[in-house]
Amino acid sequence: MSLQSARHPDPVDPIFRGLAFAAATTLLLTLGGLIVALMIGGWPAISKFGFGFLTSSTWNPVTEVYGAAGPIVGTLITAVLSLAIALPIAVCVSVFLTQYCPKAIAQPVSTAIELLAGIPSIVYGMWGLFVFAPWFARTVQLPILTSLDPESFWGKLLAGVPNGANIFTASIVLAIMILPYMSAVFRELFRSIPPQVREAAFGLGCTSYEVVGSVLIPYVKKGMIGVVMLGFGRALGETMAVTFIIGNSHRFPDSLFASGSTLASTIANEFNEASGVHLASLIALGLVLFLITFTVLAIARALLSSQRY
Amino acid sequence: MFKPFALALGALLLLTACSDKGAATAEGKDAPAAGDITGAGSTFFAPLGAKWAETYKETTGIRLNYQSIGSGGGVRQIKVKTVDFGATDKPVKPADLDESGLLQFPIVMGGIVPIVNLPDIKSGQLNLTGPLLADIYMGKVKRWDDAPIRALNPGLKLPHLPITVIHRADGSGTTFLFSNYLAKVSPTWKAEVGASDALEWPVGLGGKGNEGVSAFVKQTLGSIGYVEFAVAARTGTAVVNMQNHDGHMIAPSIEAFAAAAAGADWAHAPGNQLLLLDQPGAQAWPITGTVFIVMHKKQDKPASGRAALTFFDWAYTNGDALATKMHYVPLPPEVKQMMRAQWSQITGPDGKPVYTPATAATAVAASAASAQ
Repeated sequence: MSLQSARHPDPVDPIFRGLAFAAATTLLLTLGGLIVALMIGGWPAISKFGFGFLTSSTWNPVTEVYGAAGPIVGTLITAVLSLAIALPIAVCVSVFLTQYCPKAIAQPVSTAIELLAGIPSIVYGMWGLFVFAPWFARTVQLPILTSLDPESFWGKLLAGVPNGANIFTASIVLAIMILPYMSAVFRELFRSIPPQVREAAFGLGCTSYEVVGSVLIPYVKKGMIGVVMLGFGRALGETMAVTFIIGNSHRFPDSLFASGSTLASTIANEFNEASGVHLASLIALGLVLFLITFTVLAIARALLSSQRY
Repeated sequence: MFKPFALALGALLLLTACSDKGAATAEGKDAPAAGDITGAGSTFFAPLGAKWAETYKETTGIRLNYQSIGSGGGVRQIKVKTVDFGATDKPVKPADLDESGLLQFPIVMGGIVPIVNLPDIKSGQLNLTGPLLADIYMGKVKRWDDAPIRALNPGLKLPHLPITVIHRADGSGTTFLFSNYLAKVSPTWKAEVGASDALEWPVGLGGKGNEGVSAFVKQTLGSIGYVEFAVAARTGTAVVNMQNHDGHMIAPSIEAFAAAAAGADWAHAPGNQLLLLDQPGAQAWPITGTVFIVMHKKQDKPASGRAALTFFDWAYTNGDALATKMHYVPLPPEVKQMMRAQWSQITGPDGKPVYTPATAATAVAASAASAQ
């Protein structure tokens, strides 16, 4: 039987190879096509505004002058803020699940966290707009507004309309959205550490805190940076939830509680009705977002692949 | 890139549409209009379109497939012929209509109302004028107890609250009408901000859709926003009285929107391009809008053009009660009659009108009856 098949190779094999190859090339072609499509679509805006498109914060559909600086800054600020909130929580959750938590509880808790990842973005948006934002305005913003001197540093940093639609609340919602993904991968990273490493550290007389802080986290440091970058990439492109809660103004945000906009939210808001240069500018925004995300993900990949587990 | 892509998509849709219709006509030649009616555009029209379609299907069995993708999208779709009709809140310019061989006609009207969230101030208590509204939206009037607002509301206890301006974040026909109204009544607004379906707003924050705006207004003490009347009626936010063209303070109501339409001169509006903003009339509401249906004058497939016009004729005749119930405003009977007459411009490949409305007399009688 095996001799026969060696002489007459199974015809399924080359077909399958061809299919796999076709699937892979189709994906690559789609990616390339996307970039080309964004460039062609955005060209009228890029050629009209040049480099100023990236540095100007004017976004005026009436006079047809567009600049992406406001949304770019908004995108980066919300992504960084959401990471700053999500990272410590994700580390603590994964450390707890892998080091301290009894097995009987670890599984349900992990499942619950993964369920968070399955909630559609729009649901987070509705929750943010109708539940979280009003609560935040009442219990955080109003007391701050009434107790702080508006001219002081903190007063200026935390100034804003007390309705909960601002960069900070958008970042919190974003943090909740990237948290499940980050803590799940962190958990896998910690699990991948050979048990001997941990046992050896305990053998030397380290406390649990010292084992986690001085041995385990340094052991997976590079991988963690990679995960952080992946989380960053997700936060950059998140659209619907942010659109609902960020307040959607194209100006530079001048405080933590000011409204702003992101690249993705601007596209989602204005694409329906846009035409001409407006449409081209929105597509150019898409190109900018694509390039930022691509860079971040490329760095993440490089960091992740340099450390194997 | 968007264009070729849309074209490709359109071609695909057309292919499927063709095959559907081919099959349907092959089955029964005597069926008056086979196949579904497809349309796309105005989100404002969508709820009414859906209700009309529901009733229409019960009586005729013909379905309406309407995609609520926004006015601009609707006009784009009809231009590339992926749909039988487009619906838009902002009238297409006559030159643009001629270039693409399109006809537009009004189908139903609605009002846009400012809404506020102020302590102890209920619907219909606060008075504003157009220029003052423009000043508020430019950030020139900053607090609710500033002199210009107090002067208009002598009996009202106005709070010393900062004004938070809420606007639409998404490009929208509502914003188009609202900003055009402000530009019409305030030269400063016209010079500094302008009018379009999306703006560079001098102040304030943006909510997504009518729902986003009314949610922000509800949640923010001292805020002002603008929404479709139907939304304000549904959510129960406090609406504002506006001074109209004749100088009267008017509360928004179906009657006030209808009064604005009564003064409209459709007969002398080239291409039916008409904005019902700041219309004369003692009872006329100043910010009234119209939903326009856009169709190709040359129908490649007369059957689908006929099906669409049959539906709109039915809506003109039988749809008023439903429209009023949903806080839309029906067109006056004589405007409907004028539009029915214009439908003869929509012709098939043979140059003959694809649809001739039922005799004028019965149509008028029917619409008069349903208006009562």
